[in-house]
Parts: sequence; structure tokens; C-alpha cells
Amino acid sequence: MPGVVERHRGEERFRRLGLAAIAVSMSFLAFFLISIIGTGYGAFIQTAIKIDVDLTLPEIGLEEGFTSEDLAKVRYRSVVRAGMRALVPEDLGRRESRTLYGLMGAGAEFELRDKVLAQPDVVGSVASFWLTSSDDVDLYNKAGSTEASEQQTRLTAKQIEWYSELKASDRIKTRFNWTFLTGADSRDPEVAGVWGAIVGSFFALGVCLLLSCFVGVLAAIYLEEFAARNRWTQFLEVNINNLAAVPSITFGLLGLAIFLGFFGLPRSASLVGGMVLALMTLPTVIISSRVALQAVAPSIREAAFGIGASRVQTVFHHVVPLAMPGILTGIIIGMARALGETAPLLMIGMVAFIADAPTGLTQPASALPVQVYLWADSPERAFAEKTAGAILVLLVFLLLMNLMAVILRRKFEK
Amino acid sequence: MKRANTPVLIIATALSIAAVGQALARDEIRIVGSSTVYPFSTVVAERFGRSTSHKTPVVESTGTGGGFKLFCSGVGEGTPDVSNASRAIKSSEIEDCKENGVQDIVEVKIGYDGIVLANAAGLSQYSLTTKDIFLALAKDVPDGNGGLKPNDAKTWKDVNPALPDAKIEVLGPPPTSGTRDAFAELAMESGCKAFDWIMETKAGDKKRYQAICHSVREDGAYVEAGENDNLIVQKLDANKNALGIFGFSFLDQNMDKVQASLINGTDATFENIADGSYAIARPLYFYVKKAHLDAIPGLREFVVEFVSEDASGEEGYLEERGLIPMGGAEREEWLNNVLNFNSLS
Repeated sequence: MPGVVERHRGEERFRRLGLAAIAVSMSFLAFFLISIIGTGYGAFIQTAIKIDVDLTLPEIGLEEGFTSEDLAKVRYRSVVRAGMRALVPEDLGRRESRTLYGLMGAGAEFELRDKVLAQPDVVGSVASFWLTSSDDVDLYNKAGSTEASEQQTRLTAKQIEWYSELKASDRIKTRFNWTFLTGADSRDPEVAGVWGAIVGSFFALGVCLLLSCFVGVLAAIYLEEFAARNRWTQFLEVNINNLAAVPSITFGLLGLAIFLGFFGLPRSASLVGGMVLALMTLPTVIISSRVALQAVAPSIREAAFGIGASRVQTVFHHVVPLAMPGILTGIIIGMARALGETAPLLMIGMVAFIADAPTGLTQPASALPVQVYLWADSPERAFAEKTAGAILVLLVFLLLMNLMAVILRRKFEK
Repeated sequence: MKRANTPVLIIATALSIAAVGQALARDEIRIVGSSTVYPFSTVVAERFGRSTSHKTPVVESTGTGGGFKLFCSGVGEGTPDVSNASRAIKSSEIEDCKENGVQDIVEVKIGYDGIVLANAAGLSQYSLTTKDIFLALAKDVPDGNGGLKPNDAKTWKDVNPALPDAKIEVLGPPPTSGTRDAFAELAMESGCKAFDWIMETKAGDKKRYQAICHSVREDGAYVEAGENDNLIVQKLDANKNALGIFGFSFLDQNMDKVQASLINGTDATFENIADGSYAIARPLYFYVKKAHLDAIPGLREFVVEFVSEDASGEEGYLEERGLIPMGGAEREEWLNNVLNFNSLS
């Protein structure tokens, strides 16, 4: 037996090791968060250029008494371009004009259209609008005009000169990037947003939740409370535990063969995505629900049986409510895992460029992690901050889900 | 009460799934295929969706081979309409298509893509020949007596005394990538052809010829850095010794970070790739199912938009994204073919 001093020393050593382990993991986490936030915050800020556009009727080709339909069909592309040309005093050739238009974002004409439609009384006058700049201007503006950013930018010397003039006359500002939260995927970084991916993820998770809730929880209750303990149930248990550790892409292959190949469901649909994710989360849900059910004291069951309750009454009136916090935690953790998965979605065609946000379960949809993956692979430089921004959005959703798990747990434990 | 709803819900879900499986009227174009063509295809798709009343086509990046597998799996709404490719379709793939009922395919060439070997900007620029590349990266190299020996070159100087005394370390895509296929075919093979006796084996033993010319060494000099070209660019920034292999569009976007090496004395510029003087350039294609032209709304217009002067012509918007358009006469010839929707014989 070691002496008291030696035992104290042992305890001290263990405490220090534990603290060191915590410190190391915290520093990894901090490094990860700092680097993501450092790159990603730029995704939420965008640069806008103020242009004066001539919306007098002959200029936009409309006559008195036009409808809002006519107003939507105006060639806003040329309206924006005329506004851009008015910004610089000199007359430009065709090539130079193109470089000038390059300062403005690819979605400017649609942005202008929506703004004009929202306030039709500006028609007939010359009005000023702030429109989103191109990604190159955006990056240059956010970096600040230093020597380093001048070396890095893809803007030409002439474009930088124009930029400085605009900046000096207060025609350039930064603003919150709503497009990033409300837009769908685009190949132009200044127009790209995560909304389409959020909707896709939401649909897929909804389907996944529905399926894994009913199938998973009922399977767990049956296995735990009703099934006889024999070789068959043991065999099942081993298989379920095994499935929980299978690489997730396997479920994608299964989904491809069964849901797409056999049932003929549409490719890239969030319905199929949710079904595949449900296959993946089922083992997790079943295992954690069984653990929660096991943790309910046997005396509760015995008491219920004692006063004459049937098996179903015992289980659903007494055991399941007590096990609910554990079951819910299992489901939400399963969902959180499903939210972050891309591999199974790859096989069923959800890793794709989808520019329209889905409006139904069978429409082509992508998902948040898929968006991260696709943007990380894009050549345009401005997608680097969009990628980090999308990761931040994903992290916020994960945080919310885990928070919900904690709150539900507290509520049911009372 | 609540419990009674459960079976109803399950049945309702099952029924709705079955209903969806049957009613399947697709009104958007589905595109699969090469990750190299993906950036161009998506830009056209987005413009098409914005400027017409049709939905934006859905583009998947599955790789050239994977794309043809899906494309050739049959005709009908469950199969893709278009397959992008960073090489021409193989005869085996055409046969596979025919077996599954995909009889008529329209081939569309959209332009060229260059593959560059680059190192971090600010260092001395490499000037390599395709022979140097072969000798530095092949698994087995000629031993000088008409035989082969395992490649033991450690530095570029070992390969060619005119090159710097720096360790051979090349970051490139894995064998599943179309870029890697094109690199092996265009860079390695043309370097391989510098040896007459290897050329002679081509006639007799084509398999052996391919094995000699296309096999990349596996002793760590060639590092498989994944399909993500952005990652390779970043790694070059951090690793001053290494050279990286990636597509021209990534060079175009990162001129400040990386510089391309001269290949056979030619710089990897837009003009040199367009006129064919740059050695490692490849054509890009997409393939359309003729049977789908009338069945899928907008498919015909999409093809027309893709080959329009505005898109893949000189000074088109794809050029801004790094596509290298075809020259005048070649373009005319293809345009003629495509706009008549002549199918591949």
C-alpha cells in the first residue's frame, strides 16, 4: 500500500492530465471556430454600388397605363448598364465597357427589377439604387486597398481606378448580405445563398424524423418490452449494433438500388434523401431508445402489472413516458448526425447544382453539408468565404438542435 | 387518441410514396458527368433557368466515367438527358448505351481545357518538357539498355541536368479523376514517345505500352491530393517545394498564388491552349440523348444556348470562367453538326 503522500500525488497527477486533455481539446475547438468565423463572417457582408438609373417611360420602353407585368419585362440589363456608363465621364469602347460592367454583380438586373416592382412609383424619374457589386469588387473592398490586396485582386488596374473614384464619391458601401440567407445556389458568388440548401435539409430531415421516430421507437419498444429473449432477438441485436457502425455511403448505395431502382422514386429528391438518412439513423435511434427503456426501474413495471394493467398499458402509460427524455435525446442526436451527412446523398443524386429552392418533397434538392462541399470545390475565389459562411449556418442549426435536446430533456424529466 | 393515429400515418406515408413513384413527369433537364465540365455546365444551366421559362437544369458532378454509366443506363425520364465528359466517349461506352436502348447520341464539343503544372508564385518558374515529366513521374523508366528499371530519380536534376536540384514532389489528382487520365495520356505518354523502342512496342504489345507510359510512381514522389483543385492550390502555397497538377480555370483564378511551368517551352496561357501549341490540353464534350430531345421540355434550347456565341464562343461568358473556346473554322464545323442534331455514328 502506498502512503498518503504518494496517493495524493497520484490524484494530483490525474487531475493535471485531465485538465491538460481538456485544454488540448478546447484549443483545437477554438482554433477551428476562429478560423471558420474569421473566413466566414465575410459571407454575411456584401459590397454594394450606388447607380442612378433613368426610369423615365421612353427610356424603359413603356407607355402610360402599363401593368406590373409590363414592368417586370423591362430590359433591366440595359438599364443597369446605362446607369454604369453614366458613372464614368469618358466615352468607352465595347471592350472597356465590358470591364466597367464587370464591377457590377451578375444578379444586378434581377435585383433592380425586384426593387422597381416593390416601389413602382419610382418609374418615370431618375432614381438611385444600391445594387450588389461583383465578387471581385466585393473581395477587394472588404480586404481594404492595401498593397497585398492589390496583388491578390483579379480586378484590372482600370477597374481599381474606377473603384477608387466610386469609393471617393461615396457610391460604395458594405451592407448585410441578405442574399446569402435567402438565395439558392448560384455559380456567381455574389448571388449564391444557402436558402435552397436549408429547405432541402429541412424536407429531408422531416421525412427522416417521421420514419425513424415511428419505426425506430416502435422497434425498440417491441424488442425491449415484448419480444422473447432467444437466439433470434440476440441475432437481431448484433445486427442492429453492426449497422450503427457501417459507413454511411453504404446506405446511399442501398437507397440507390431500392428506392430509385426498384420503387422508381425520382433522383435528387429530398424524399429519397430523408428515407436514406432514416435508414442510417435507425440503428442509432433503436439502440439509444432501448438503453432508455432499460434504464426504467423494473419496480415500475411490476407495480403496474400488480394492479392489473395489461402489457400495452404498462408500457405506454408508465415505461415509455419515463424513458421519453432518453428516447428524445437519441432521436435528436440521430437527426443532428443526419443533418451533417453528405456521403449517402451522393449516391442518390443530391450532390448537384440545384438553382431553384425546392417547393415539394419530390423536387430536386440539395442539403446544407452538400452546399459546403460543392462550394469548397468551386474555382471562384469568393466561394472560400461562402463555404465558411455555410459551415457557420450549419453549426448554428446543429447548436439549435442540441439545445432543443437539452430543453426537451429538462421538460420531460420534471 | 394519439396512438390510434400512428398506423394511419404510416399507411398514408406508404401510399404517398407509392403515388410519387408512379406519377413522374419530369420537367427539368438532368445533367451528369465530368467534374471538369461541371463549372461550365452549371453556368449555362443557371443562365438558361433565368432567361427562359424553363426550370434550371440539375447538374451532378459524377466524373466522366460515372456519368456515362448513368447516361447509358437506358432511355426514359428516370435517366439523365445529358452527360458531360472531359474526353470523347469510348466505343465500349457507346456499345453499353446501345445495349440499353440508347441508340442515338449527339456529341457536342464545347472547347478546351488546359492542365497545368504549377508551383507557388514568387519562386523560380520551372521549364519542363513532357520527357522530363515522364522520367520524373513514371513508375518504371528506361535503363538505357533497352530495358526498364524502377524510377529512382530523387531530384529534378536527376531527370535533366538543366533542372534545379530540388526534390521531386508533385501533388495531383487520384486515378479516379478525369484530369489524371488526361494528364497520363497527354503529358506522360507524349514524354514516353521520346523513346523509340517504347514506341515500337505500341504496335506489338499495346497493353505493355500503356502500362509503361501511363503508370505513375507510387513511392511518394507523386502525392495523391484528392479531386479538389482548390486544395492543391492551397497546399502549393504552403509547400514551396512541390509542384501541383490542376485545371487551367484554377490557375486563372489564382494567378497571384501559383505560377504555371513552361511545358516544352510554351507558357500555359489562354492563347497557347486555344491554338494548340500548349501540349497538355484536352477537349471537353457533352453528349445528349436524341430520344429525349422532344420528351424533355427545353432540352433542345439548352443545347442551342450552350453552343451559342454568347456562351462558348470567343468572348462568351464561359471564357470568363476559364473555358478555352474553339477557333473559327473548327467551331463552324461543330456548330453545323450540333444544330442539325446529327447523331454519333
